[in-house]
Amino acid sequence: MIYLDNAATTRTAPEVVEAMIPFFTEMYGNPSAIYSLGSAGKKAINEARRTIAGAIGAKPEEIYFTAGGTEADNWAVKAAAESRSGKGKHIITTKIEHHAVLHSCAYLEKSGYEVTYLDVDGDGLVDTRALKEAVRPDTILISVMFANNEIGTIEPIREIGAIAREHGILFHTDAVQAFGQVPIDVEEMNIDMLSASAHKLNGPKGTGMLYIRSDVKIRSFVHGGAQERNRRAGTENVPGIVGFAAAVRRAQRIMEEKARKERELRDYLIGRIEREIPYCRLNGHREKRLPGNVNISFCFIEGESLLIMLDMRGVCASSGSACTSGSLDPSHVLLAIGLKHEEAHGSLRMTLSEENTKEELDQVVGHLKEIVQRLRDMSPLYEDFMKSRRDRT
Amino acid sequence: MYSEKVMDHFQNPRNMGEIEDASGVGTVGNAKCGDIMRIFLDIDEDGIIREARFKTFGCGAAVATSSMATELVKGKTVQEALQVTNKAVMEALDGLPPAKVHCSLLAEEAIHAALWDYAQKQGIAIQGLEKPKADIHDEDSE
Repeated sequence: MIYLDNAATTRTAPEVVEAMIPFFTEMYGNPSAIYSLGSAGKKAINEARRTIAGAIGAKPEEIYFTAGGTEADNWAVKAAAESRSGKGKHIITTKIEHHAVLHSCAYLEKSGYEVTYLDVDGDGLVDTRALKEAVRPDTILISVMFANNEIGTIEPIREIGAIAREHGILFHTDAVQAFGQVPIDVEEMNIDMLSASAHKLNGPKGTGMLYIRSDVKIRSFVHGGAQERNRRAGTENVPGIVGFAAAVRRAQRIMEEKARKERELRDYLIGRIEREIPYCRLNGHREKRLPGNVNISFCFIEGESLLIMLDMRGVCASSGSACTSGSLDPSHVLLAIGLKHEEAHGSLRMTLSEENTKEELDQVVGHLKEIVQRLRDMSPLYEDFMKSRRDRT
Repeated sequence: MYSEKVMDHFQNPRNMGEIEDASGVGTVGNAKCGDIMRIFLDIDEDGIIREARFKTFGCGAAVATSSMATELVKGKTVQEALQVTNKAVMEALDGLPPAKVHCSLLAEEAIHAALWDYAQKQGIAIQGLEKPKADIHDEDSE
């Protein structure tokens, strides 16, 4: 099997699993308990908080553990909007956010908030001038993702943070794809809130966090206990949190080397596909891009067919086609960067890890050449295109 | 998520390709929703479908339904082919996931569109056949 879907989730690293196990089997006590079996868990959580805070230049008390990135996004957007509603009800975000942010915004729109969805350019970059122009006196929140999950484009977060700070507007960034992959410093980048998820960086699923700057007061997300400084009630997922911290330590340790290796593999894969398969295009920015992200549209074919054929050859990848999204519309991200519907339907996302090899990618290119040709031979769009090309010459 | 039959017809599509100078060709669907089917029919003087072929842009279910629809109409009279409904295509494939039922409808429409084209070319009317809904080019210009 060749696994190229690391933006969906990653393999839990052995050192992460190892760190977690004692908190299932031995130190299983409730962290809120007085006895020492519980305090072992409490101690581990505090240590995890320090580790994760350190990774983004935050203070430990600014890290709130959640059940994942989606929860963190929901909390940040909804609670920030509600807590600032006295000042105004206008939110600025982008057209390419994850649905965790977009659907939270849509929910707020139903209760009287106004949302501006910024366009992005053909590479998926937010225009900071357009952002400045969108700012109004009643703007209370800006939410822009650190890096896009589909096309890998890394946004100008530092500049966006500076604009938000200058106008006294809260700034949230969904860093689910970026955390652990590229350096992040919440102080330098003027980030007020940041969402992250453990399973995108070889940690366990079902664990995430929201960083909330200490001077930002937003409401609790879950009520019913004093956990997470009263802001997120419920017995802590101790093994998950411990695993998250272990994954962050690992990511910090290997980040540079991992990124270098992934970039090399990424550019090798993109280069071979662009040279050897006609009528395709790279989606997303060529340089301002997550190290492991490859997203390519193959004209005249549809993504789900491509994915099934790759799966039959042991390759795991994903697509922005409608069929894979469970709706009739293809990816909102690919449409936002200006792709035609049929180009969006024919997109393939391959997200690499440092464990992939050039030999694997050579195999994938071989499979792709064969599959793309096979699907094109089947495609009426390709037939029409080739006929019109013959007619022209 | 797909039945074994669907996977079989997706992996080994029957009748994939074109028919040159076909008696009737029908194209339905649109790129917007991600499925386009084109069906070619070769119909003899007795009104029997001698050959049926298809070209499809779409998901696994779109390919499988096109493949099955061409299988089902081959050797049939025009009137019999008209009775090949989307339900018949689905049943022959041992069912489709709910989100993919529209693919079988598209296959039925593609057959109808090809029969309509045949009738137009022959200058005849086929009883029970109505003008198919807009084809891709009409939808594109909306």
